[in-house]
Amino acid sequence: MPDNGLLIRLRPIAFIVALLILWQFAAGRSSTHLLPGPWEAAGGIVDLVRHGLFLKYVVASLFRVTWGFLLAAVLAIPLGLTIGWYRRAEMALNPLIQIFRPISPLAWIPIAILWFGVGDASSIFLIFLSCFFPLILTAINAVQRIPAVYVNAGRNFGLSPANLVWRVLYPAVLPQLITGLRITLGVAWIVVVAAEMIAVNSGLGFLIVDARNAGNRYDLVVAAMAIIGVIGLLLDLGMRSLEGAKSLRWGYSED
Amino acid sequence: MTVAESVMTETKLSAQHVQMVFTRDGKSTPVLNDVNLEVGKGEFLCIVGPSGCGKSTLLSTIGGFLSPSSGEVKIDGQVVSGPDPRRIFVFQERGVFPWLTVEGNIEFGLFKLSRSERRSRVAHYIQMVGLQGFEKSYPAELSGGMKQRLEVARALAVNPDMLLLDEPFGALDSITRLIMRGELLRIWREERNTVIFVTHDIDEAVQLADRVAVMSGRPANIQQIVKIDIPHPRDISAPRYLELRNGILEQLGLAHQV
Repeated sequence: MPDNGLLIRLRPIAFIVALLILWQFAAGRSSTHLLPGPWEAAGGIVDLVRHGLFLKYVVASLFRVTWGFLLAAVLAIPLGLTIGWYRRAEMALNPLIQIFRPISPLAWIPIAILWFGVGDASSIFLIFLSCFFPLILTAINAVQRIPAVYVNAGRNFGLSPANLVWRVLYPAVLPQLITGLRITLGVAWIVVVAAEMIAVNSGLGFLIVDARNAGNRYDLVVAAMAIIGVIGLLLDLGMRSLEGAKSLRWGYSED
Repeated sequence: MTVAESVMTETKLSAQHVQMVFTRDGKSTPVLNDVNLEVGKGEFLCIVGPSGCGKSTLLSTIGGFLSPSSGEVKIDGQVVSGPDPRRIFVFQERGVFPWLTVEGNIEFGLFKLSRSERRSRVAHYIQMVGLQGFEKSYPAELSGGMKQRLEVARALAVNPDMLLLDEPFGALDSITRLIMRGELLRIWREERNTVIFVTHDIDEAVQLADRVAVMSGRPANIQQIVKIDIPHPRDISAPRYLELRNGILEQLGLAHQV
């Protein structure tokens, strides 16, 4: 029944509304002001919109994420696919990748500032780093998991090496790559906030630090947090919708 | 005149002294030991043998996916040096590309043809394997038997002169398997390709083949070649059928009772 389906879909929204009401009520009763209520936070968002900062900061953060993420994808995916294809390359490079991978991108902040100064380039570099290692590992793994039958079938039909890459390897790794990209974009969105707290003076991360420093505007802090959460959700939903494509769905089924 | 007699006129494939030794971690395992085999043009040959004996290795060598450690495989008088669209290897149904539709899969090997030629081939082979109405379906939406037919159609669409089938019906249920055998024979009669069919199922071999090559355990060679002199359609309760089948069972050292 369509009505029933709609009700089920509305349930999480109803739950969020209930939590907001509870939060508002609790914040109103408390005298300590440990956390501004949702009403104040909403006021903070209105304030940001009125001063033209809402769009500016959102765009600034998205700009950095887009560039860092795209640069990492453009470099890490072809590199990872190549490394995965040639077993010797993987044996040579894997230890290096494994050493760099656990270093938090935030540990690079001083070096980023030293190399790129305070500005967009620094935070783009940090986002690039946070995406590069997970993506290269996803790509290596994806190539290695291509069933040999697909490659053999491609060779059997007389495909040239370029066509083998384009018509067999690429479609065979695409589902895994898209999942990797989705998860990595989420990481990038987390890292941009941290990077902006130190390396730049715009964006949602900067907003959080600045609101606290310039007069303890905790309503703006919570407003920024809410904006970050909602945009993160939208980015994830966007990437998830790619996974629904019919030519990709095979990669996500259990059997 | 049976089919076997009519086709043994011209040699399609000859394997001479084929040896295969796999080396792994410094240990070498001989898999094929002096395999000699001749297959006639248009013949249907089944290869049977104990599991793990190297049947698939031999078929991969014929397909050009592996090169023998020594000896050679010749097709039409030329030494096989790699995979070739003139001989298509059919895997169990897992060989179809899951990211392509039924049409896309059949069209896969036709990239050298014109658009209209591709279309008519795809339509022809969809018809032949009975997948009409599923042109736009993805393999995940098909049953195991349909996927297997799709893979056969994809192979046939490029007009190969040889089909190499590696236990193609092994993953199907027994009813579908019986139907698929009939279908394969029908298609083979229409297309007249040379077929080499690897199976561990002796009944399957005796039902399908003009000749059955029986392989020994590892390191394997061909112990015996049994000519199946029963015309199609074959009566699987006829004395001659049972006689041939039992002969192969005995050759493999298997009892007749379970």
